Amino acid sequence: MSYAVRSLAEGNRELIAFRIGEQEFCVNIMSVREIRGWTPATPLPHSPGYVLGVINLRGAVLPIIDLSKRLGMKPVEPNVIIVAQVHSKIIGLLVEAVSDILTVTEENIQSTPEISSDLERQYARGILAIDKRMICLIELGALFTDAESEAA
Amino acid sequence: MDMNEIKEIFFQECEEQLAELESGLLKMNDGDRDPETVNAVFRAVHSIKGGAGAFGLDDLVAFAHVFETTLDCVRSNKLEPGPEVMKVMLKSADVLADLTNAARDGGSVDSSRSSGLVKELEALAHGELPAASSAPAPAAPVAKAPAASDDGFQPVPFSFDGFGEEEEAVAPSTFEVSFKPRRELYSKGNEAALLLRDLSRVGEMSINCIMDGLPSLDDLDPEEAYFAWKIQIKPEKGEEAIRTVFEFAEWDCDLEIKMIEAEAKPNAEELPMIPVPFDLSALDDGPEMVAAETVNAAVDAAETATRVSKLAAAAKAEKKESPAAAAAAAAAAAAAQANNAAGQTIRVDLDRVDRLINLVGELVINQAMLSQSVIENDATGTSAVNMGLEELQQLTREIQDSVMAIRAQPVKPVFQRMSRIVREVADMVGKSIRLVTEGENTEVDKTVIDKLAEPLTHMIRNAVDHGIESPEKRAAAGKEPEGTIKLTAKHRSGRIVIELVDDGAGINRERVKQKAIDNELIAADANLTDEEIDNLIFAPGFSTADKISDISGRGVGMDVVKRSIQALGGRISITSRPGLGSTFTMSLPLTLAVLDGMVVTVAGQTLVVPLTAIVETLQPEAQNIHSFGANQRLISIRNSFCPLVDVGRILNFRGTQANPVEGVALLVESEGGGQRALMVDAIQGQRQVVIKSLEANYTHVPGIAAATILGDGRVALILDVDAVVAASRGQSLKQEMSLAVAG
Repeated sequence: MSYAVRSLAEGNRELIAFRIGEQEFCVNIMSVREIRGWTPATPLPHSPGYVLGVINLRGAVLPIIDLSKRLGMKPVEPNVIIVAQVHSKIIGLLVEAVSDILTVTEENIQSTPEISSDLERQYARGILAIDKRMICLIELGALFTDAESEAA
Repeated sequence: MDMNEIKEIFFQECEEQLAELESGLLKMNDGDRDPETVNAVFRAVHSIKGGAGAFGLDDLVAFAHVFETTLDCVRSNKLEPGPEVMKVMLKSADVLADLTNAARDGGSVDSSRSSGLVKELEALAHGELPAASSAPAPAAPVAKAPAASDDGFQPVPFSFDGFGEEEEAVAPSTFEVSFKPRRELYSKGNEAALLLRDLSRVGEMSINCIMDGLPSLDDLDPEEAYFAWKIQIKPEKGEEAIRTVFEFAEWDCDLEIKMIEAEAKPNAEELPMIPVPFDLSALDDGPEMVAAETVNAAVDAAETATRVSKLAAAAKAEKKESPAAAAAAAAAAAAAQANNAAGQTIRVDLDRVDRLINLVGELVINQAMLSQSVIENDATGTSAVNMGLEELQQLTREIQDSVMAIRAQPVKPVFQRMSRIVREVADMVGKSIRLVTEGENTEVDKTVIDKLAEPLTHMIRNAVDHGIESPEKRAAAGKEPEGTIKLTAKHRSGRIVIELVDDGAGINRERVKQKAIDNELIAADANLTDEEIDNLIFAPGFSTADKISDISGRGVGMDVVKRSIQALGGRISITSRPGLGSTFTMSLPLTLAVLDGMVVTVAGQTLVVPLTAIVETLQPEAQNIHSFGANQRLISIRNSFCPLVDVGRILNFRGTQANPVEGVALLVESEGGGQRALMVDAIQGQRQVVIKSLEANYTHVPGIAAATILGDGRVALILDVDAVVAASRGQSLKQEMSLAVAG
């Protein structure tokens, strides 16, 4: 049972919405530690393309993941870093802009439509329709599986 | 202080005592017959027993007691500590450690093992104590009570028959206890009346107070002890129960416990004594008799019981002038010495030290940032601010060194644990093996020590199980039947090097190779050097044991060892000579917190190269660069040729090899031996850097040891020189890489 399933049962929940290119996504606010501006990262050798490098976050070394690349989208202007806890590790997710904090209930979240792509099915946990916008709920834990958070 | 805290202190002390015990026993095992060694061993067991008694840890007390009794036979030269005896002793020390752990963590101990040992210990004590074994009828064949019972370390007589068979209750014999407190007893907060009350619970008793020594009121010293008591008692559980009551007081009083034959003194009441009725019941409800402070003091005394007991032994021996105390004096002097040593150390929670270290780490980074911004604004470097900053830098460095020194610990405890593992595994596989340790006092950071235990345990198990041959095989090969494993630690160029040498059969290269082929680790027609074959044992999923034994080969192999050593920033290698044995060499950093490094630029990136690896730096000239083969280049340095390694290329920072003439070459020596010239673009300077883990939030990056934070607040990567050198040898980083990018 993932945390998403558990918190779904609790009714009200808060999500942070952000933009990558044309699309909007949101993640559970509980996994977000802070939001900070972009600082140049130190590249890591032999790392996957979506790992931009590491930055200094108050003395801790934090890997920065280009979320657009991880989701297989076009790269975006480096702008905002969402510092999130995924499994036991803290990572920085590069996004274009943080757009909203949403308080939603169960009914707002529609199930993910049947799509063929494995990648989307892997991380998408539902779709929200808010002010005629479509926001995709992402589960970071699924996007970076344990084995992968080792690598990513 | 609540009870749990006190208990925690007790267990901490136990750990120290157990270490003391083990090192003493090992000395004895090596033929040390110094009475002081035996005394130290005895003291350790005794202290554990005493403390355990205070906390009601009965299993521990019971075992420690039997152990102590047997040790006492050794101490009083009744038992010769030969190899067989020492074997049992060492095993008992192991069980004692297990029992202590079980008492702390609530685990259970293999009772068959401990009871088996109890029997062996008893047999030892019996075998050399004909008086005890041939003692007549009385169900408790008590070793004869010592005459001078004030000896701090007198043998404690004990009924062996009663042990483990509580059912078989000893018929209550009558004992005469004469108890004369000395003033120290009261000054340490003990109270004779409370002891007597406790005694009254042991069995039916009659008590007489001897007040002969009482002076007139004018001469009375309020702090002196004048009373003595004679007690006739029928303890239900034998003499031991009486001893237990006086456990913490026996050094501060003249205590004599004599068994009276029932027929000899049929009527206790008729003793020629001035019967002074002594109403103990007053104690239970009469606060006027025992001042509240006394009770508190008594409680305090119990709290610090283990310490007090040591002090008591020392203090007593100093006062005592009777010849009987000679032996005790020596022992007590050592106890006093130990006390002095203890006085110079304090116990500090590791978390606090770590916090301090982290803060100092931040301080170093901050100081570097400050320096940098001052330098940017003060080009001449002569302002007062600049001078002050230089001093600050000096000071931060000193603080850092001192703080790191707090964490430095000798490797001794880990090495000691290994001797136990050797014993146990050797027993299990029926081999006879001696562990020789050297350089146990080599100091290294505590984290390194903590993380060293596991891989070392694994390697020791392997050495015993696979390395050393069976006694028959050894004899056939013309070797001593007893195998030797040597464990050494030493400092070498800013690292600690630990060597594990066995004199076993060495690596069976044919079998290793076959196994590797079977497991598809190498191609069937692969042509490998001996060294390469030896190192195959570190390959993941490799196990040489033909049969999966209980000891090693639990599915984890040397690859796990290698990985944990690497995680510590260390290296491991093996050399083996068939028929003569194998040597594992591990080299580890002394600390996981700071490092002296050379800050260099490679392809626009800032990297830190550990200073310990660098032999020299040089500016290559065109005529010294020679092409070799397809794309290898060598640099000639004073007429020797050394391969050039482009760091930027290895780390994939650039696509093509840089022109060596435009850069700087760092001549490095790698753990595997051999020199390489690492090409970097420029040298920025030398700096002490704080090591930050990449693994904490990311993963191991091939070619990179760790990260650090530079003065400008940016992250710089610390180069893993050995991995880069290995990569340049053709063992590409790819294998590790494929792991890193999996998924």
